[in-house]
Amino acid sequence: MAVAANAAHAKVARGPDLAFTFKKALISALVALVLFSLMIGVRTEAGPSGQLIYWTRFGDLAIMVAVVFGGSIVVELLRAWWGPVDTIRIVTPGTTKALAVARRAIAPVLLIFTFLVPVIFYDQRYILDLGILVLTYVMLGWGLNVVVGLAGLLDLGYVAFYAVGAYSYALLATNFGLSFWICLPLAGILAAFFGVLLGFPVLRLRGDYLAIVTLAFGEIIRLVIINWQDLTGGPNGVSGIPRPTFFGIPLSPGDDGLAARLGIEFSPTHRIVFLFYLILALALLTNWVTIRLRALPIGRAWEALREDEVACRALGINTTTTKLTAFATGAMFAGFAGSFFATRQGFISPESFTFQESALVLAIVVLGGLGSQLGVALAALTMIGGFELFRGLEQYRMLVFGFAMVLLMIWRPRGLIGHRAPTVFLNHQTTISADIVEEARQ
Amino acid sequence: MDYFAQQLINGLVLGSIYGLIAIGYTMVYGIVGMINFAHGDIFMIGGFIALITFLILVSIGLTVVPVILLIVLLVSMAVTALYGWTIERIAYRPLRHSFRLAPMLSAIGMSFVLTNYSQVAQGARVKPVPPIITGGYTLHEGAGGFAVRLSNVQIIVVITTIVLLAIFTYLVARTRFGRDMRACEQDQTMASLLGVDVDRTISMTFVIGAALAAVAGMMYLLYYGLVDFFMGFVAGIKAFTAAVLGGIGSLPGAMLGGLLIGLIETLWAAYFSTEYKDVAAFSILIVVLIFLPTGLLGRPEVEKV
Repeated sequence: MAVAANAAHAKVARGPDLAFTFKKALISALVALVLFSLMIGVRTEAGPSGQLIYWTRFGDLAIMVAVVFGGSIVVELLRAWWGPVDTIRIVTPGTTKALAVARRAIAPVLLIFTFLVPVIFYDQRYILDLGILVLTYVMLGWGLNVVVGLAGLLDLGYVAFYAVGAYSYALLATNFGLSFWICLPLAGILAAFFGVLLGFPVLRLRGDYLAIVTLAFGEIIRLVIINWQDLTGGPNGVSGIPRPTFFGIPLSPGDDGLAARLGIEFSPTHRIVFLFYLILALALLTNWVTIRLRALPIGRAWEALREDEVACRALGINTTTTKLTAFATGAMFAGFAGSFFATRQGFISPESFTFQESALVLAIVVLGGLGSQLGVALAALTMIGGFELFRGLEQYRMLVFGFAMVLLMIWRPRGLIGHRAPTVFLNHQTTISADIVEEARQ
Repeated sequence: MDYFAQQLINGLVLGSIYGLIAIGYTMVYGIVGMINFAHGDIFMIGGFIALITFLILVSIGLTVVPVILLIVLLVSMAVTALYGWTIERIAYRPLRHSFRLAPMLSAIGMSFVLTNYSQVAQGARVKPVPPIITGGYTLHEGAGGFAVRLSNVQIIVVITTIVLLAIFTYLVARTRFGRDMRACEQDQTMASLLGVDVDRTISMTFVIGAALAAVAGMMYLLYYGLVDFFMGFVAGIKAFTAAVLGGIGSLPGAMLGGLLIGLIETLWAAYFSTEYKDVAAFSILIVVLIFLPTGLLGRPEVEKV
């Protein structure tokens, strides 16, 4: 299907039905008028004495309704023009071949480019920061992919493990002065432990019950972090988290810093570049472990579990260990990412670990096409990069993001890359389009 | 004892509000099989519509409280129901036959849209309103000056809930729409073959769910005297918890779950700690699901092989 979308298609002569379009747009405008009349047309605000006052904004209301009217006509015309109903799409063999080559080349090209980012954009701090952010989400996405994409367990509280990792590093480092390289595995182990903790109660649940319990679990962790003031600092968070060192050598301007030892001039960019490669290494580790695990019995058990739990049990696969290992593995990577986040920010607070983050990571995994490693990376780039474009419009950012999520789901419900390669195959590997794979029951 | 009785009353009132929202979740889940994450935000929108209608009515000089309440109720139900209908049309209908994660993510996106839409439209600050209904009754004058009170607002919230539930139960059990709805819950393909307009029935389900959520929003406004753009999220998860606790897909279960969550939350806040009341509600959800994976009144799930 991905092929067909890019190919030229034969156009069928069919004029847009103008009267119908106009009528439809009129109805949309009417609906919009009722919807927006009170919310947009009237603005409330608490006055100086605490009393609510309101004023009307009929101009804004008129603009909104006009936009809906115009937008509806445009959408209708586009639909008539594209005409998905009676269009025949023709794909030439050449295009298919070119796309196949492009598909095989894209992962290595992307990887090489990522390696070169700090070299190319050395002077552009903003791009480096954005790169670190994107890579953090790539790692989180790959981690969640183990749980949702491979094992088919819907997890809406993934950010809880990220929080556990971040707080374990922050608290261990600030209270006991342990270094990043000791805390990193500890944070991973602690997060994995929490993953198992969550895994036990949800062993018997499936589908949506599982989703709501993981959501509740995520909220519980966040609420405990907010309210356990003595340990976590409550809403104020933890500050003064030590920066990472280059295996013990600090990246500081002092005499014992890395720059001084190497005999080069100190620059704050060194630390950013170091962080960039650190998260890249962590993300690639996640990817490597996932790919390796997929070829092992446990990884195959995950995929089997995703496809059919009952059949899984019939074949003698221990679903308990399978689910627990999936939760633990996913959580461990979130823990690593969390401790990286803590050391990068130097400050963490419960605000960074809301449901919004879980939803964002889940959206990345689903958009990437469940189980597809490359897809998740591209989705993270699209979502986080797109999200950054609206940085200036702080207020409207989440609004646009929400709409983008809805539209992307309608446009490509199977994700951007929408295919998953089977791990086990006979003689030669074939690609199965996700559209023809029957959906896994959960 | 008096203190406990008072908390019981407060818990039941809060529980009825949760129950009203939970019905929307449970109905939508029953018919389409998706978690409508935007439902909590529809409740919030209902609260805002009620607030704005109320402000306008007061400013044009209307003073008869029952008339104001009736108009506010009708307007917020109607407008919010239209929100429910529009959201179903835009975000869920195109995904009806898609794989099951897609509509859920679309719903999460819609929830973000609604939250931020009302923040942009109405500002981020909490909107307080002066108490519209005052007064109440003292049920029991206890020793030490503590009295069990039942305020008029509490009576109105509970009575409205009971009346709506009665209407709603009638609607589902006796009318054409109710029959269509139950048929779609059983088997959509079969229902459509037998002449049930599935699209229309699903739309109506969203409309009714949204209208009930709007009533809950209005009751919240009356009871707590405030609305804000973020209140939909927490109320939404609580109500969903209530729906799951009662057994998702079951209407009496949703109400029962709502009352239980309201009671647990209030009693926990009264006897243990206010900070951890949400933790208590969610923990109980997890514990119940471990022992009763389909909730209190839910039908046992049939495993298809």
